[in-house]
Formats: sequence, structure tokens, C-alpha cells
Amino acid sequence: MPATTQPTPSTASFDVEALREEFPALSQDVYEDTPLAYLDNAATSQKPTPVIERLNRFYGEENSNVHRGVHRLSQDATEAYEGARTSLAHLLNAPHKDQVIFTRGTTEGLNLIASTFGEMVVGEGDEILLTEMEHHSNIVPWQMLAEQVGASIEVLPVTDRGALRMDLLPEMLTDDTALLAFTHVSNTLGTVNPAQDLIDVAHAEGVPVVVDGAQSAPHMPVDVQALDADFFVFSGHKMFGPTGIGVCYGKREHLEAMPPYQGGGDMIDQVSFEETTYDGLPHKFEAGTPNIADAIGLGEAAEYVMDLEWEAVQAHEDAVLEYATERVEAVEGTRIIGTASDKTSVLSFVFDDIHPYDAGTVLDREGVAVRTGHHCTQPLLKRYDLPGTIRASFAAYNTREDVDCLIDGLHKVRQMFG
Amino acid sequence: MSDTNTVSDRAQQIVDEFSLFDDWMNRYQYLIELGDDIPLLEEDQKSDDNYVHGCQSDVWIHSELNENDEVLHFRGDSNAKITKGLAALIIRVLDEQPPEAVADADFGFLDDIGLHDHLSSQRNNGLKAMIEAVQERAKAGPQET
Repeated sequence: MPATTQPTPSTASFDVEALREEFPALSQDVYEDTPLAYLDNAATSQKPTPVIERLNRFYGEENSNVHRGVHRLSQDATEAYEGARTSLAHLLNAPHKDQVIFTRGTTEGLNLIASTFGEMVVGEGDEILLTEMEHHSNIVPWQMLAEQVGASIEVLPVTDRGALRMDLLPEMLTDDTALLAFTHVSNTLGTVNPAQDLIDVAHAEGVPVVVDGAQSAPHMPVDVQALDADFFVFSGHKMFGPTGIGVCYGKREHLEAMPPYQGGGDMIDQVSFEETTYDGLPHKFEAGTPNIADAIGLGEAAEYVMDLEWEAVQAHEDAVLEYATERVEAVEGTRIIGTASDKTSVLSFVFDDIHPYDAGTVLDREGVAVRTGHHCTQPLLKRYDLPGTIRASFAAYNTREDVDCLIDGLHKVRQMFG
Repeated sequence: MSDTNTVSDRAQQIVDEFSLFDDWMNRYQYLIELGDDIPLLEEDQKSDDNYVHGCQSDVWIHSELNENDEVLHFRGDSNAKITKGLAALIIRVLDEQPPEAVADADFGFLDDIGLHDHLSSQRNNGLKAMIEAVQERAKAGPQET
């Protein structure tokens, strides 16, 4: 098939070329005369200039520790840090910024919940309900908790196409189910799960719900109040923000009832050797000097994302995914893994006769950055009896030209290994 | 192999062969060809003991000591062709070498075959894991297989 390098159409409200110019890492050759086609956004996104400049400005002008300083710089840093929390609260439509806890990322958010809320609500003989498409981050902390308290893990299966078996949900929510944790969007399949239905059905049985938003926050507006999620966690670095920073949102009544996650400075009210009393929300969960700079960078990313015209961005992302799906399907010997009706931003596929590692290595030499392997979802890959997939994952700045580079690379893969 | 039978001689031979190719695609194609000629394992040799952990693909390397001339014989396999080619390079320099030579072998030559930015920088291609596995086994001495 000839390369159809038609420029990606821009709409009045969304100019993809203008957007790309704000991401300096996208304009580079990764090998000689080999421009980058960055299709590994489910692993991490590139960063826009406003975020990079915000980090520079913090370290160059505002750097200081937060919360306790009486001096000017510390007040500036505190204002910026708490301002970032406000931006994140707006992004999620959280009722109050105190319900936004800064974490290192999704993984730490899930560990925080498992170690605190989990220990409160999950007891011996209870069940923790997960889904078959969870990332290891949303499996292992629950397994550790289950082992500790004598609970068990139950798993809501997926269909061959990669959708959740919602028909089985009511029967899997038993009297023993203490908690449901699920991913909003599958990092391996791209499936958008029916979060509202999952939460509503679980709540009808009195079961609290933890939503892993690592892959949804970068691709759709999230309203934690409309969802009525008990917890919603995500990472900054997949949403144009810095690495090492993320958010754990929780309902106020849960956060107030939960014991602290870690002890140390910044999370206390009074300390004596006999007794310590803890600070209120959100500081109770942020022991030690926080990741100030990256939190402020994430606040900038949140503002950046809120300034995007979401309707136009989503239409663009959907069009690129659809184009990629059609073109990958047309490459001889490929099979797409994950064909649920509601998908976003992720295209996983395999060659029948070529190992994903071989394909990924050749794609890299062609400048195409994809991920190969199990994507930290080994149980899901086992479900499909695959050693791994090739995963192209898209962000708002990706274009049809990026897809064309992928397809040219895949033809080279066939030429070398087919 | 006539006289050129030390680890470093064989390594140099590989470097010379790869230098004949002027682009990455041809070098990879040659690597894949070398993998196709690798002495394969018997099915029962694809055991847990011979499995090399830490690779994105499945890799097995089997070694056994020839009691007569005190040298190690290698076999290998992988379900990824590039990884299998890398196994072939390792086996080619180590096969029929005494255990001490295997344990002390220097694989620096892999930086000189024109695939460097690929091979050494990736932790999941199994190269490092394969080298560690064969050298550890050579140091540990003869194994029951």
C-alpha cells in the first residue's frame, strides 16, 4: 500500500502543528536523518514548553522549602505548591483542594490507598474485586494487602475483544466484596471502561471504588464528583507533566478517617515522645519535604490541559487512532489486540510470526518509538496467550504522518523477518 | 578455525565480518543469519536451568563440558530472531573454549560491530543476562544436565 501522507487536517479550534511546536522533544532526529515518531505516550508523554519553563522558573527564582518558612521565598514556593493543588482540584472537579494528595504517581497512590483505606475496610475472608486488564500497579498492592489480612482477590474477566464482562459484575459483587479497583482505560488494549456503570453498580452494593486514571486523565476530562469515585489516582508524567509526581484524590470522609501513610515532618500537628497528633488534610498524607518543583510543574500541566479544546482534541485523537487501526490491519500478518467498541489512544497488535521485540527493534531504527512486551499486564497477556504485543500509543500531538512512519517501519519489519 | 581460536581472535573475526556492511539493516540481517545457524537445543534442554531470565523474549543457553578435551560446548535458542543472533555471537566466541576462558571472556567487541547504540543500551534484549548466565555457569564448574 502506498504511503498516504495527507497532512493531518486541523480544525479551527485545534491546530495540531501549532501544538507540536510546543513540545520541543518531538522535533529531533533519533538516528542520522531519522526523525522521531513518538508513539509511546502510554508510557510517558513529552512535555510542553510551559511545563519545562515552569520547572526552570521554580529552580531559578522560587526554590525554597514549603509550609514552614517565614521568609519571602518560602512563602512564594508554598503559594506555588498550593496553587498547583488548586489547579489539580479544578482538573478533576474535586470539591476541595484538600482532597488532592500529591504522590509520586499512580503506583504510590494505589499503595497509599491499599495501606490505609484498604486496611480499614478489607478484613479476613473479604474479597477485593479487580479486573483482568489491570496494570501490575493495581494488582500487587491489593495482593499484598490480601495476604496481610487474609482476604482474597477476585477478577472480573474480559471478552476476546477486550471489554469487561459487565454482565458478570453483579454476581461478582458478593456480600464479601470489600472494595472494587479498576482501570479507567486499559494501558495495553486502549479499552475505555464504563467507569460510571462500574461505580454505580458497586455503590448499590455498598462497595467503595478505586479508579486507576493513569491512562484516562491524559485523554479525557475527568469529573470525580460526577463519577462519584471514592478514589481516583493518576500520574503527572503521562499527562504532559513531570515524572515522579501524581495525584491521589479521595472522598473527604475516607481521607479524614484514614490513618497516615508515612510518618515524618510536615504531616504532624504536635510531636512528643509520648504522643504525636497529625495535621489535617492534605498534609497528613504528605510526610517529608514534598516534590515541590514537580508538583508545581504538574499544576502547570493541568492548566495546559484545561486550556485544550477537549472536544476537538478528542476528535483528533480518535481520528488518528482510527487511521492507525485501518493501516496496521492492512499490513500483512498483523492482528490487533483489543477491539472493544469504546477505545482511546492505544493500538496494540502482534505479527503472527514475528516476535514483538524484533519488530520493536527495527521500528526504533526507523525512528518509531513504540513499546513492546507485556506492558506490566502479564495476567491480561496470558488471557490472550501472547508473550507481548507491539503497542503504539498516541497523544494529542500525534498525526497521521506519525502513523505513516509506523506503517513504513512495519513494512521494513516484514521485509526483514517475514 | 585453524589458529585463530582464542576468544579475542574469534571476537576480532566477528568485528571484521560486521565491518563489511555499511548500514544497520544489513548488519541486522547478518545477525539474524548467524542466529539461524546456531546449534539448537534438544527439547528437553529447554529447561528452567538453561532459561535466561531478564529478556523480553524466551532465551535458553545450554552448555556442557566435554570430558575428553575439557572444553565447553554450547547450544542456544530464542523465539526472537535478534536475540537468537546475539546468542549466536556469544556462542561463537565461547564454543569449545575451556571454562576459564569462558569465565574470563571480554565481550567488549560487541561495541564494535556497529549495533552498539542498540545492544548495550537495552536491558531487555537479554545480552547482558546471557553473558552473565554463561559466565556464572562456567565459573560454577560442571553441571549435571
